[in-house]
Amino acid sequence: MSSARAGTSRAPLTRRFAAWLHPRRRLQLTLLLTSPLLWIGLAYLGSLGILLLNAFWHTDAFSGKVIPEFSLDAFGEVVTNPVYRTIALRTLGMAVAVTVTDVLLGFPIAYYMARVASRRTRRILLIAVLLPLWASYLVKIYSWRVIFQGNGLLDWLLEPFGISGPGLNEITNSWVVLSYLWLPYMILPIFAGLERIPESLLEASSDLGGRAGGTFRRIVLPLALPAIAAGSIFTFSLTLGDYITPTMVSGTKFIGNVIYDNSSLGSLPLAAAYSFVPIVIMVVYLFIARRMGAFESL
Amino acid sequence: MTESRWVRIGLRVMTFVALAFIYLPLLILAIYAFNDSRSQVWPPPGFSLRWFGEAMSNGRVVDAFITSVLAGLGATLLALVLGTLAALGVARHRFFGREAVSFMLVLPIALPGVLTGIALAATFKTLGVDFGLPTIIVGHATFCVVIAYNNVVARLRRLPRSTEEASADLGADTWQTFRRVLLPGMRTALLSGGLLAFALSFDEVIVTNFTAGPGTETIPLWIFSAIQRPREVPVVNVVALALIILSVVPVYVAEKLSGAESAVVR
Amino acid sequence: MRRTLRIPALLVGLALIGAGCGLGSASSSATASGSAGASASGSALPSGMATTLPPAEDELDLVIWGGYAENGSNDPNYDWVTPFEDETGCKVKTKDGTDSANMVSLMATGQYDGVSASGDATLRMIAAGTVAPVNTDLIPNYADVFDGLKNQPHNTVNGIPYGTPHGRGANVLLYNTDTFKTAPTSWDPVWDPNSPAAGKISIYNSSIYIADAALHLQQTNPELGISDIYQLNEEQFNAAVELLKQQHDIVGEYWNVSNDQITSFGSGDMLAGTSWQYQLNTILLDKPDAHLAATLPDEGSTGWSDTWMISSTAKHPGCMYRWMDWMLDPHTNALATVWFGEAPVSQAACDEAEKISPGHCDSYHATDEAYFSKVHFWSTPREDCNDTDPATTCKDVEDWIAAWTDITGG
Repeated sequence: MSSARAGTSRAPLTRRFAAWLHPRRRLQLTLLLTSPLLWIGLAYLGSLGILLLNAFWHTDAFSGKVIPEFSLDAFGEVVTNPVYRTIALRTLGMAVAVTVTDVLLGFPIAYYMARVASRRTRRILLIAVLLPLWASYLVKIYSWRVIFQGNGLLDWLLEPFGISGPGLNEITNSWVVLSYLWLPYMILPIFAGLERIPESLLEASSDLGGRAGGTFRRIVLPLALPAIAAGSIFTFSLTLGDYITPTMVSGTKFIGNVIYDNSSLGSLPLAAAYSFVPIVIMVVYLFIARRMGAFESL
Repeated sequence: MTESRWVRIGLRVMTFVALAFIYLPLLILAIYAFNDSRSQVWPPPGFSLRWFGEAMSNGRVVDAFITSVLAGLGATLLALVLGTLAALGVARHRFFGREAVSFMLVLPIALPGVLTGIALAATFKTLGVDFGLPTIIVGHATFCVVIAYNNVVARLRRLPRSTEEASADLGADTWQTFRRVLLPGMRTALLSGGLLAFALSFDEVIVTNFTAGPGTETIPLWIFSAIQRPREVPVVNVVALALIILSVVPVYVAEKLSGAESAVVR
Repeated sequence: MRRTLRIPALLVGLALIGAGCGLGSASSSATASGSAGASASGSALPSGMATTLPPAEDELDLVIWGGYAENGSNDPNYDWVTPFEDETGCKVKTKDGTDSANMVSLMATGQYDGVSASGDATLRMIAAGTVAPVNTDLIPNYADVFDGLKNQPHNTVNGIPYGTPHGRGANVLLYNTDTFKTAPTSWDPVWDPNSPAAGKISIYNSSIYIADAALHLQQTNPELGISDIYQLNEEQFNAAVELLKQQHDIVGEYWNVSNDQITSFGSGDMLAGTSWQYQLNTILLDKPDAHLAATLPDEGSTGWSDTWMISSTAKHPGCMYRWMDWMLDPHTNALATVWFGEAPVSQAACDEAEKISPGHCDSYHATDEAYFSKVHFWSTPREDCNDTDPATTCKDVEDWIAAWTDITGG
């Protein structure tokens, strides 16, 4: 890139380099991929690998320091203590629930934006969907607390009907808030995916006598599926990794809480061992998403 | 395809429902920015504008805002460069392990942020790097690369290769083709990718918490500490409201630019 | 066996190897960075302790609880950082810790000179060598500190102090006066399954709350023989965890930050819970007629007294020592404790606090040693029970965190 930037000055040397580089495809590729791969492949994954290595060590009970002697204690604790299984299943279930909710909520608006709305309306809607991304994540969670808490907005609205709000101890609160937080990340890829479907394809289908429902099922949905899968990567993984929302609105713990709580004061090997849970889940999920073509629609 | 009347009505209703869902908490946030009381009890006991004055005279907020903007710009720039490089490699070359590149780039955003934070902080510490704005930028860029990459790679797939080949046939070298043909074609993709990357960086709190150093505070970090202190909570609402309003500008401009151009590209 | 680990654990050489970052265990790069006492060997002082006041450097990097180092940007009337910078030339840079775990990991990075640590983390950092002993002779204002705040078990090991106090506060029983017409004299309202507040009980969301269960068991189950509520053997610990699991059914919220309770009690949602005086005062400021009161039950309570500690790898020990003294200065301490809402550390600071916020010291019981004699300040659970008896073993902080996960996450 630095040589590329210098090229604007049209220095003969850079021109000569570019001309020399032109037929050398392999070298071009190497130059292109070296820095991103070093960054993500070496720096990021390397750091992560070293962190995960802690799962095989154990801590000195006295000082809490990690002792690099091979031990499977941490894995043993993760497997045998039922609370860690409960938390993993709860988080996984939540990730699925949030993803499904966001597809159901996000698809119609994305469809409306992409295929029904006028150009002007579409632009306004797109801005309307993008704007909340700029409102602070933490502030949004606090707004939901006001809605859920006892004598809060929901209680106030429901009081005339003799029903009370959920309070701040319900797991469903997390479901609502997480679905809320990640909804734009689902709408945007679906919108982009639907927008890409050529009008001609849909016209051809209806010219050939396809009914609206059939066209939707046979053409729109298969073409939108990769986009939905792409959006689901965000909703699923962001839910899986969140640990602030469940503490704030549900008074419960997710996978991230266990990792965070144990990362410094608690047992780092336990945190590292438990990290394998979301990593394995995400790698499997990404493989499935890739088969559905999600990576082409991210 | 023309949707039937009922489908259109259904879509409108669902769109309205989704928008109502999206804006309800933001409405609450806006209401509490004018709340007279320190605590967020419902309904707000009184009306007041005093928190706006307090927010504007709060030097810490201003500093944090500057840090956030710098971190966002730095991370976005890095992410765009790295993402574009990777995208060019993947979209314009065939090689063994091509599939794995996308997979690898998506990992930092797909895996829990707490892991990224802990892992990067441990590495910085081992390398003896001083924690501060540069470490925040590195942390953010790590999970922003995939955003830039995805946008660019998607665009490159749609850009016809024929123009690049024509450019080469006319004697243009690699750099000239990149500058004259590819870059204009990718501009809107870079813009929308950059905007999303900036937004992600601007609101990131988990990785930032691990990679920030002494004296460097971003807006989300400020909010994280201010929200714990009742005398600052009302100011937090004001700041959040101001951010939403401020964000209309970049979002609108980017949308207008890309809207105008995407019509051409398509 | 474990005892032999103590000496090396205190060595400065191991200091960087914090509990927080796993990589630390592979490195050994700590000694070089010029800690005050690293060079002061050969004296009778513990290793790592400064013998003479190092000259002031130009910077001070701190990990703090939000509100512990105000520079006037939030409220121009509360600024004790700028005068410090003017006087010492130390430019103060702070990082707010979000909780104790976060503070431990920040300190383990070795990037900071000092920390305002709570008792649930202090002994862990001492044992890990993250922080160094403090020579209180070099801190003139220390002499005026209330005796009840000196040499506390949560920041003093073998008679060696590892820091200076910031202030102190008790965890009080906050209750709704409509539900409890007469002031409760015990913690029963939060433990009794038939409590009038059942389902509307607010509990602090941290593993350190296990100590509150131990305190209750001290009264209700004396045969367990609990002497130190922070150092529990297996049987005592299991009993406490069992009690907390029962309590889980009647808990309405687990609060994380004071603001949670200010909202939940302010709105009348929660009716009883463990709280700080600060929450009540803040609610009453907004709503003077709120039907709420706070009390320190007869059996006493847990409480906190945060400690300013110096990193064993501090790059600016001169500035840190000056800061520790500065925070004990009567005017500074008055400002800081009024701002945060806790009891000042000395009579002189109380006199100053009266000028800033009349009634402050009465409201926080600052000079009431009888009140604080019933308060057990947060301390870090240790495997050696923080005593010298090698026969006893206790549940350490890792066990406490795992148990708290079990109680609230199951």
